[in-house]
Amino acid sequence: MAVEPARLPIAELDRLARTARARIIENSHRTETPHLGSCLSCVDILVAAYFHTLRLDTADAKNPDRDRFILSKGHGAPALFQVLAMRGFYPLSLLDDYGQDGSLFAEHPPTPDHLPGIEAATGSLGHGLPMGLGMALAGRINGRKYNTVVLSSDGECNEGVMWEAAMLAPSQSVERLCVVVDFNRWQATGRSEEIMALAPLAEKWRAFGWTTYETDGHDLAGLVRMLSALPDPSGKPTAIIAHTVKGKGVSFMEDDNNWHYRIPKAEEVAAAKKELGVTA
Amino acid sequence: MRNAFADEVTKLGAEDRRVVLLSGDIGNKLFDKFKDNAEGRFFNCGVAEANMMGVAAGMALNGLRPVVYTITPFTTTRCFEQIRVDACYHGAPVIIVGTGSGLSYAELGPTHHSLEDLAILRTLPGMTVLAPCDEVELRALLRGALQLDGPAYMRIGKKGEPILHAKGTALRIGKAVTLREGSDLCLIGAGTILSEVMKAADLLARDGVRARVESFHTVKPLDGECLAELFGRYPLVAVVEEHGLIGGLGGSIAEWRARQDGRLARMLCFGATDSFLHEIGSQDYARRHYGIDGATIASRVRAALRPV
Repeated sequence: MAVEPARLPIAELDRLARTARARIIENSHRTETPHLGSCLSCVDILVAAYFHTLRLDTADAKNPDRDRFILSKGHGAPALFQVLAMRGFYPLSLLDDYGQDGSLFAEHPPTPDHLPGIEAATGSLGHGLPMGLGMALAGRINGRKYNTVVLSSDGECNEGVMWEAAMLAPSQSVERLCVVVDFNRWQATGRSEEIMALAPLAEKWRAFGWTTYETDGHDLAGLVRMLSALPDPSGKPTAIIAHTVKGKGVSFMEDDNNWHYRIPKAEEVAAAKKELGVTA
Repeated sequence: MRNAFADEVTKLGAEDRRVVLLSGDIGNKLFDKFKDNAEGRFFNCGVAEANMMGVAAGMALNGLRPVVYTITPFTTTRCFEQIRVDACYHGAPVIIVGTGSGLSYAELGPTHHSLEDLAILRTLPGMTVLAPCDEVELRALLRGALQLDGPAYMRIGKKGEPILHAKGTALRIGKAVTLREGSDLCLIGAGTILSEVMKAADLLARDGVRARVESFHTVKPLDGECLAELFGRYPLVAVVEEHGLIGGLGGSIAEWRARQDGRLARMLCFGATDSFLHEIGSQDYARRHYGIDGATIASRVRAALRPV
């Protein structure tokens, strides 16, 4: 019945993040699953949350006291699938049929009824924050002290409904809700700032009434510190603007938006793993 | 009907601690009692329906039974994506209530009309679609919806609609109910338009034509057993709805009919033609405009019954 945070040391988180990146790249090659750049930009956020801060119960994934985590940028699912398996929600071997007909694993998370560890089936952008807000309010009504963390992106901030949720959450003083914006400065077809005028993004969230932090989204210690600050003592919801690099971890993928859709070749997988220092 | 909804949801909120009420910045005074009886379980979500629907789904996935309430187009077409993905895809037990349905708000113009909601909502997997004709049906169906494992949509009227059922009539989701017996033909309706259908039955009775009137308060799932009886027994079945002719109750019954074998009754459909109503007027005016008033129903039925 216990929900426990993993609280692994930073060095271990770093090793896990590199392993996760290698697995994601290998999987993209093997199964021809796209969105590699988007997956690599949020790996450190996922690892900090799942292997340090989130209070989880892998034996009872629906333990009512668990912290909720929603991958609202659903196209990052190939990263989430690896991290959930590595965290022990299901065996890594379950990923063997990834992308096959009839598999649960493809480009977006399935519903919570279909895979342990999933809180919401996303893929269409703009759904995770409202649902997460509902989960946070349910926690309050039900007298449970769990936190709800929603991983979003700068591209997802295009969706108007994000800002509807951004206005409702502070009015309800939902201090156990946190949105992390994976701000990798790209969306599907171009620079996010050029497509929609996002700047100043942190100030926007602050102006909407959120306790807002900015961090290097690959600084595991910084992410851990901010995620551990929940619930916010001032009673506001929390926004973490995580400045990230799309394709992070592999020099020839970093900040190159071709990797939104490109699938790596075998030699590129080998080169990436070498850079990541992952041998297996 | 609105008041009956407020009264019933207040009772349910007091009986069941899982019941949460979300409103899109309407009916604030209407829910004062709910707020008193269910402290911390009323949320005015503002004029932001897409977010409201997502919030409701998140609550429903975490043990609550949210009831989402606003004017029909805003709780259906405005946030259809959220209904589809957050509520239906997740099988989340959200009860969506649309008030002022059909042409109830005729005076407010087509932005506030809902002549598409039954059609689009019933396309969603797992969605139950309800259209009570009066407050007796509304109360029973709302209670029934709370027992479902998945999402439900209920379109209701405004206020002052006549009560068509005797109090205490046994009602359950998925089972059509007879409002009047008759042997010459059957009139089927869903929702508050049934008051016009009853008028039509009265007018036909003056000419000695005995019409049975059946309330199909559950548009999905359809009561196939009842339809089989009606289409087998009567020479003519007329379907009336305050909704477009495309895809609503009539469309749904036509789909059912196409799947059947054997000799079946002729079918006549009454509903809004494929058009927006650009002229302003009362609900009665709007109903006459689309030919779904009692007099028009009676006269078209009479003509259809005449031997060729």
